[in-house]
Amino acid sequence: MQAVPLLLGVIVVNFLLIQLAPGDPTTVLVGDYPAPAEYVAQVRHDFGLDEPVPVRLASYLGQLAHGNLGYSFANRQSVAGLIGERLGSTLELTLTALVAATIAGILLGVLAAVKRGGAADGGAQVVSLAGFSVPEFWLGQILIVVFAVVLGWLPSQGNRSVRSTAQGLDAVLEALRYLLLPALALSFRYLALISRLTRASMLEVLNADYILAARARGAPERTVLFAHALRNAAAPIITVVGYNLGFIFAGSALIETVFGWPGIGRLLFDSVSKRDYPVLLGVLLLVSATVVLVNLITDVVHALIDPRVRYR
Amino acid sequence: MTGQPLLDVRDLAVAIGRQADAPRVVDGVSLTVGRGEIVGLVGESGCGKSMSAFAIAGLFPTPAARVVQGSVLLAGRDLTTLDARARRATLGKDLGMVFQDPSSFLDPLMRVGDQVAESLRVRGQNSGAWTRVVELLALMELPEPRETARRYPHELSGGQRQRVLIAAALALQPSLLIADEPTTALDTTVQASILDLLLKLRRTLQLSVLLITHDLGVIAETCDRVYVMYAGRVVETNTTEQLFRAPRHPYTRGLLRGTLAVETQTADLFSIPGTVPDLRHMPSGCRFHPRCPLAIEVCVTRDPPLTARRDLSGADACWRAQEPAAAHVWEDVTWSR
Amino acid sequence: MSTAVGVASVALIVLLAVAAPLVAGYDPQSGSAAALQPPLSSGHTLGTDNLGRDIWAELVFGARVSLAVGVFAATSAVLIGTVIGAVAGYTGGWVDATLMRLAEFFQVVPRFVLALIVVALFGSGLAKLIVVIGLLAWPQTARLVRASFLSLREAPFVDAARVGGMGPTSIIVHEILPNVLAPILVTGSLDVASAILLEAGLGFFGLGDPNLVSWGSMLNQAQQYLRQAWWMSLFPGLAISVAVLSFNVLGDRLNDALNPRLRGA
Repeated sequence: MQAVPLLLGVIVVNFLLIQLAPGDPTTVLVGDYPAPAEYVAQVRHDFGLDEPVPVRLASYLGQLAHGNLGYSFANRQSVAGLIGERLGSTLELTLTALVAATIAGILLGVLAAVKRGGAADGGAQVVSLAGFSVPEFWLGQILIVVFAVVLGWLPSQGNRSVRSTAQGLDAVLEALRYLLLPALALSFRYLALISRLTRASMLEVLNADYILAARARGAPERTVLFAHALRNAAAPIITVVGYNLGFIFAGSALIETVFGWPGIGRLLFDSVSKRDYPVLLGVLLLVSATVVLVNLITDVVHALIDPRVRYR
Repeated sequence: MTGQPLLDVRDLAVAIGRQADAPRVVDGVSLTVGRGEIVGLVGESGCGKSMSAFAIAGLFPTPAARVVQGSVLLAGRDLTTLDARARRATLGKDLGMVFQDPSSFLDPLMRVGDQVAESLRVRGQNSGAWTRVVELLALMELPEPRETARRYPHELSGGQRQRVLIAAALALQPSLLIADEPTTALDTTVQASILDLLLKLRRTLQLSVLLITHDLGVIAETCDRVYVMYAGRVVETNTTEQLFRAPRHPYTRGLLRGTLAVETQTADLFSIPGTVPDLRHMPSGCRFHPRCPLAIEVCVTRDPPLTARRDLSGADACWRAQEPAAAHVWEDVTWSR
Repeated sequence: MSTAVGVASVALIVLLAVAAPLVAGYDPQSGSAAALQPPLSSGHTLGTDNLGRDIWAELVFGARVSLAVGVFAATSAVLIGTVIGAVAGYTGGWVDATLMRLAEFFQVVPRFVLALIVVALFGSGLAKLIVVIGLLAWPQTARLVRASFLSLREAPFVDAARVGGMGPTSIIVHEILPNVLAPILVTGSLDVASAILLEAGLGFFGLGDPNLVSWGSMLNQAQQYLRQAWWMSLFPGLAISVAVLSFNVLGDRLNDALNPRLRGA
């Protein structure tokens, strides 16, 4: 996958959406919110809306190049600023979910492959079937009902208590309490995906000749599994995890809405109901750029693991 | 320690599957390898020679295979009675293994030096491991051993990879090396150099080698003694010299004729007609009788035991090996291809 | 889960959706009873929502929306994907390269976010949902069809047809496509599952068809009542899960049964 054409593609799609949306492009660029006439005129000028389409595209690219993602009148703040404020808490949630799902998924997948047909294998099958079928936002609601409403163990909304005075370790523990349920709901699908992939990949690798050779040197199973098998099984797992990071962002939009998590997903939800189009387009750009970035990182990691890729 | 062989395999049988009547790939094989001796195990593919090797090591490529009978005495200790942990301790330490295709038996993601060092490191011998690796690679006559150790398998040639695998198998100086078709995947010149290396290692390290191959040419160049296997059994054994000079079993004679045809590049490339029988449908009597031009009624009904003959070295398992007719067994056969 | 269970539960959902007016018992749109009644209360087995609407009635009518979106979006995705994949695989060259780059683009961009923005800009409605989801889901089929075409376009029977004077369209439709039908059916089934999930997500974001009850929009309502009425969340979520699971299982089993590698060209 080449990063630059992909990113250009996203920008062009964004541009087309602005041009093709019903009504005037200014509505899309300004949002369905009363804005001062001077600002509307400014937008018309900046984005070249009185010019022919090619010029418009050039102006649009020019604005993006200057980091101008537009201004949200609904929030009285620049789109870049709005997103920047919330990026941290979205990353906190998505990265936690991704790391947890990756670790748990790999362990489950390895166990399922090693003890093929055993209890772990059965569990992995159930998890993978359920994980691909249960909507994560509904899973979030059910977790709230069980752990926050019925049992009262964990908070259900937000990422910290407004009156919190916790310091140091207590603050970390408190943050974890807020993080637990949304991260769990968000990670389920990836747990399914990763455990399924790991299992399939491990089953293939465990039949490889070099595994037999390692055993013939007296290597204990631990070494065989983790130093040889898992390393060789990792390449397809990394590729898929990388490709799916865009989807974890999408899932995060729904989960943040369920848990009142003050991140980009929640911003997306609010912007839909406020018809705050500049924010929607800004988020689409950001998410796509992230996907591109993650794919680049995936390629680098791939090369780090596999010397054959490195020297090609 | 004279007289007693290093490896003494007695009446070994390997079955595929758990049930009592599971088909036996190896069925009552006995063989010995003395100290510093190179012993060949030869036969067509599917005759159980590789399985015998895996059974001796107690390590099978398929989980369904298991030893159901017999003993494997290595330096007087029966390996078949060991538990998994003790068994693993012997692998790499008391016996090393080298396999057919050096490219698939090396982990593509690991530096070859680390793979050579593996049997040292998994036993906690970390200090000095790398120095030992470089020494070993030098012993294997690899050029620039220091640099080679840091390379990955895909950066080496087929012959170099096989040398790396031999180094990995010998890192802990085991007394026995089991080599399963070590030269089959290599081209002819490389083949010869690997065989020379094995001969050198036997001289310098007093190494014993059990060499498994389908190629009698390889046997002729390296082995002191030979076992010929057919359909899970040893059908003939002798010193290499005697086996080539005076083969007795019709199967051995057929294999030899095929080898000679290749070496003299005769137009009529000979191979024994028919195929190795299916495990689940073993012929009655002598297992070779459906392919044997000499087969008579007794061959169909009674299984010939491996028998030593008066005035002759070695042993054969054939009812008719002593008859004059046996010497001309394949001459009238026109099924040559 | 076996093939039979997958087929049976898909059949049951279809049956309930078709027979909705007969089995619902209540009008799903108008609240006729007391609000927020728990399950097993008189006359409302699954309870009522915050507006006094019967949850069961909403579920069976919601099945119509989910199935309509799922089946029609998957069908359009499969149609678009097949045409694009066939053209790319049969033609090759720069056409192939361009189309595959396009497919890659649609596979990498997060589908949910893109769908959400398109629906937010262009307005919602059943037909629009179907078109948008269908337009976003075609690359899977396209890649598959392309791969089959690449391997089949040089096959002897295709050469024979070409020598026999058959035109490219005829060759594509009559000679190659029949060999690709099985895997297309499999992705089609999996597409139905993911379309149902995507529609539910949009409904949860308040972007479903405003005139229809859907499972996703029920969960949107439920979000405000998690503390009072867990049943408003539980049943629609279960419905989505079971429907998606059924189509996933159906696709998996079809895949096993129709494994293209076992089919001779």
